[in-house]
Amino acid sequence: MSRKSQRRRRFAERAFRAVATGALVFAAGMFLLLCAGIAALGAEAFLRHEARLEIALDAAVLGVSAQASAAELGTADFRAAVRRAVAEAAAPAADTVSEIELNALISPGAEFALADALSRNSGLLGRSITIDAPLSDAADRYLKESPDARGYARLSAAQQDVIAALKAKGRLSRAFNADFFASGDSSYPELAGVAAGFVGSMFSVGVAILIALPLGVATAVFLEEFAPKNALVDFLEININNLAAVPSIIFGLLGLVVFIIALGMPRSAPIVGGLVLALMTLPTIIIVTRSSLQALPSSLKEGALALGASKLDAVLNPLLPAAAPGIATGVIIGVARALGETAPLILIGMVAFVATPPLNPLEPSSALPVLVYLWAESPETAFAEKTAGAIILLLVLLIVLNGLAAAIRRRANVYRR
Amino acid sequence: MRGALFLICAAALTAGCTEPSESVRIVGSSTVYPFSRTVAERTAAKFHQRSPIVEMTGTGGGIQQFCRGAGEIDIANASRPIKDSEIALCQANGVEAIGFRIGYDGIVVAAAPSNPVKALTRAHIYRALAKDLPRQGGFEPNPNRLWSDVDPALPAVEIEVHGPPPTSGTRDAFVELALEPGARAIPELAALEESDPAQFKARAGALREDGRWIDEGENDNAIIQLIRSSPTPIGVFGYSYFDQNRGVVAGVAIDGERASIDTIADGRYPLARSLYFYVDARRARPALANYVLEFMSEAALGPAGYLTEKGVVPLPAADLDAERKKALAFHERASALQVEPRP
Repeated sequence: MSRKSQRRRRFAERAFRAVATGALVFAAGMFLLLCAGIAALGAEAFLRHEARLEIALDAAVLGVSAQASAAELGTADFRAAVRRAVAEAAAPAADTVSEIELNALISPGAEFALADALSRNSGLLGRSITIDAPLSDAADRYLKESPDARGYARLSAAQQDVIAALKAKGRLSRAFNADFFASGDSSYPELAGVAAGFVGSMFSVGVAILIALPLGVATAVFLEEFAPKNALVDFLEININNLAAVPSIIFGLLGLVVFIIALGMPRSAPIVGGLVLALMTLPTIIIVTRSSLQALPSSLKEGALALGASKLDAVLNPLLPAAAPGIATGVIIGVARALGETAPLILIGMVAFVATPPLNPLEPSSALPVLVYLWAESPETAFAEKTAGAIILLLVLLIVLNGLAAAIRRRANVYRR
Repeated sequence: MRGALFLICAAALTAGCTEPSESVRIVGSSTVYPFSRTVAERTAAKFHQRSPIVEMTGTGGGIQQFCRGAGEIDIANASRPIKDSEIALCQANGVEAIGFRIGYDGIVVAAAPSNPVKALTRAHIYRALAKDLPRQGGFEPNPNRLWSDVDPALPAVEIEVHGPPPTSGTRDAFVELALEPGARAIPELAALEESDPAQFKARAGALREDGRWIDEGENDNAIIQLIRSSPTPIGVFGYSYFDQNRGVVAGVAIDGERASIDTIADGRYPLARSLYFYVDARRARPALANYVLEFMSEAALGPAGYLTEKGVVPLPAADLDAERKKALAFHERASALQVEPRP
C-alpha cells in the first residue's frame, strides 16, 4: 500500500468521525433546547398565586332566602360574595374598580369551592369562611411575568392597583398548584389539571399491556419454535413487519369501525384506547421477542431437548426466562411509544374535554398527550405554561420507562457473561 | 356485548360501573369548543352532576355524527347554521334536532402592531387573495404582489395572509362574509353572479395557491405566534383568540370598522357570524336540559356573564329571550319525560 492510499483512508475516517460527532452534538443540542424552553415555562405550571379571602356567606348577597334549600343554593350568586370579599380586602383601592374588572381577578375556582362547602354543610349560610382563592389566569400571569417584559399585561391600571393592595396587605401567596395534579381538565387554566388525562393514559396502557403482552409473546414463540417453514408463514412474517410501520391513525380508524361501530363499545373509553394501542404495540412485541429468542445460544434449547423435555417444556423453562430481559425491554419501548400517541385516539373520541377523572376503563376519559394537544390550541394564553407542564410530566414518564428498559438490559448482560 | 363489558368492569375491580350514556356527549365546532367546555364545567359544579364530555371534531364532522344518531351524541356545536342536506340526514335517522343560537363570533383580520396595514375593505381582501382575477373578458392568475398593487393607497408591503383551512367553519364564514362581498365589488364577478351563481361561488371561494394565502391547520394560536413578531404577515382567526391576545396583535379595520363586542353586536363589523348548537330532542333528560338551560342563562350570556368574558358576543336582548324560552321549554319537556332521580 502506498503512503497516499493510507492518508486517504485516514482522512476518510476522520471525516466520518467528525460527521458522527456533529450529528450527536446536533441531536443533543436540539434536545437541550426543547428541554430548556419547556422547563422554564413548565415550572410555572406547578405554582400559582392565591389570595386569602374572608368570604361572608350572607344570604342577601348570595340572593337566596335565609333558609335556602339545596336547589335554591344552586342558583346562589357566589360571584357577588367573592367580589365583596376582594373589595373589602383591597379597600380602598377597590373602590374605583368596576364589577366586571373585579370578577376578572379571582378564579371561578373560589365560587366552586363555596358552592361545594355549602352543599355539604348548609349551616354555613350566614357565617363567613376563609379560603385561599386562586387568582384568575390573567392576574396570575401578571404576577409571574417580570415588570419589564409584560407582553400579556391584560390588567387595567385599576386592577393592577387592587393586586398591589392585596400584596401590600400580605394576602397574596405563591403556592404549590395541587389542582394541576389532582383535577381534571378545566376551561380555566388556573384550575386545569392532568388527573383525567393521566388516569386515562394509565388505564389505556394497562389494557394494552394486558392484551398485547401474552398475545405478542405467544405469537412470537409459535412463529419461532413451532411454525413450519413455508410460504404462508413467510407471508405472515412480512406482514407483521409491515404492521409495525403502519401510521398510528390507521389503527384509530380500525378501532372506530370495529370496536365502536361494529361491537358497540363506548366512545372515549380507555378500554377502546387500550385495545387500539395493543394492536399498535403487538408487532413491536412480536419482533422483539423473536429476536431475543434467536439471540439465545442454541445449546440452551438442545440441552433441554436432550434431557427429554418436550418443545413446550423447553420454551417454558430455559428459553422464555432467559429471553425475558430482551422481551421486557421491547415491551417497555412499545408501551412508551403507545403512551405518547394522540393520533389514534382522535377517532375513538378520546380527544375530548373531560373534567372528571375516570373510575374505570369504561368511563369517558382523555389521555396525557391529548391534554398537550388540547391546551396548545386553547385561546387563553395561560394554557401555554400548562401545556409545558404536561409535556414535562410526559417526558418524565418516558424517561422513567426508558431508564427501566436500560436497567433491565444491563442486568441481562451481567447474567450472560 | 353488554355482558362482556360488565365482565371487564368486574375485572377492573371498580365500584359503580356507570352506564356510558349517563354523561352528556357533545361534538362539533372548534370555535364553540372553548365556550362549550366552560358551560360543561359550570353545569357540573352547579347541578352536582358529571361533567359533559366535549369533543372537538369541526362543525361538519360533528353534525354528521350527530345526525347519524348512532354514537350516543346529545349535542352538535356549530359555527354555521345546519344545512338542508344535514337536516335531511337527521330526519332520515330519526334525530329531532332543536337549534339554539348562542351569540356572535367575529372573524378578525389582525397583524403585529408594527405592520403598516391598518385598514382594509372587503374588496381589497378579495383582490389580494383571489386565485384568479378578471382581465379583458377572461381570468388571469392574481398578479398582485404588494398591498399597494391592490390599491395604491395601501402600504407597499408583501401580501402574506395566514388563515384557517377549508375544513374549518371559520374558513366557510370568511369566504361567505369577506370574499363573496369583496368579489361582488368587481363588476365582472357581479355580472357572473347574475348569470351563473355556482360559478361565482367557486370563483369567490378559490384562494391563491402561490404562497400568499397560507392554510394553517385548525390552530389559531399558531397563526398568532406566526404574525406577532414580524411586520409582514397578516392572520385570520376567531374573535375569542384576538380577545385573549390584545396587546400582542392589532386588529385591522374592515370597511372602516374595528372588531369589538359593540361593533359585532350591533352588526356594524362586517365579519361576524352566529354560533349555534343543536340538541337531539329524543335524548331529553335532566342532565342534558340542565346544560342547555345553563348555556342560555344570565350567568353565562348576560352582560357580565362568564361566556361574555370568554369572547362570545351576546345576542340582542329580544333574540336572547326567545332562545331562553326555547331552553326552558326543553327543560320542562325533559322533566316531564323523566322523574328526577333521588340524589
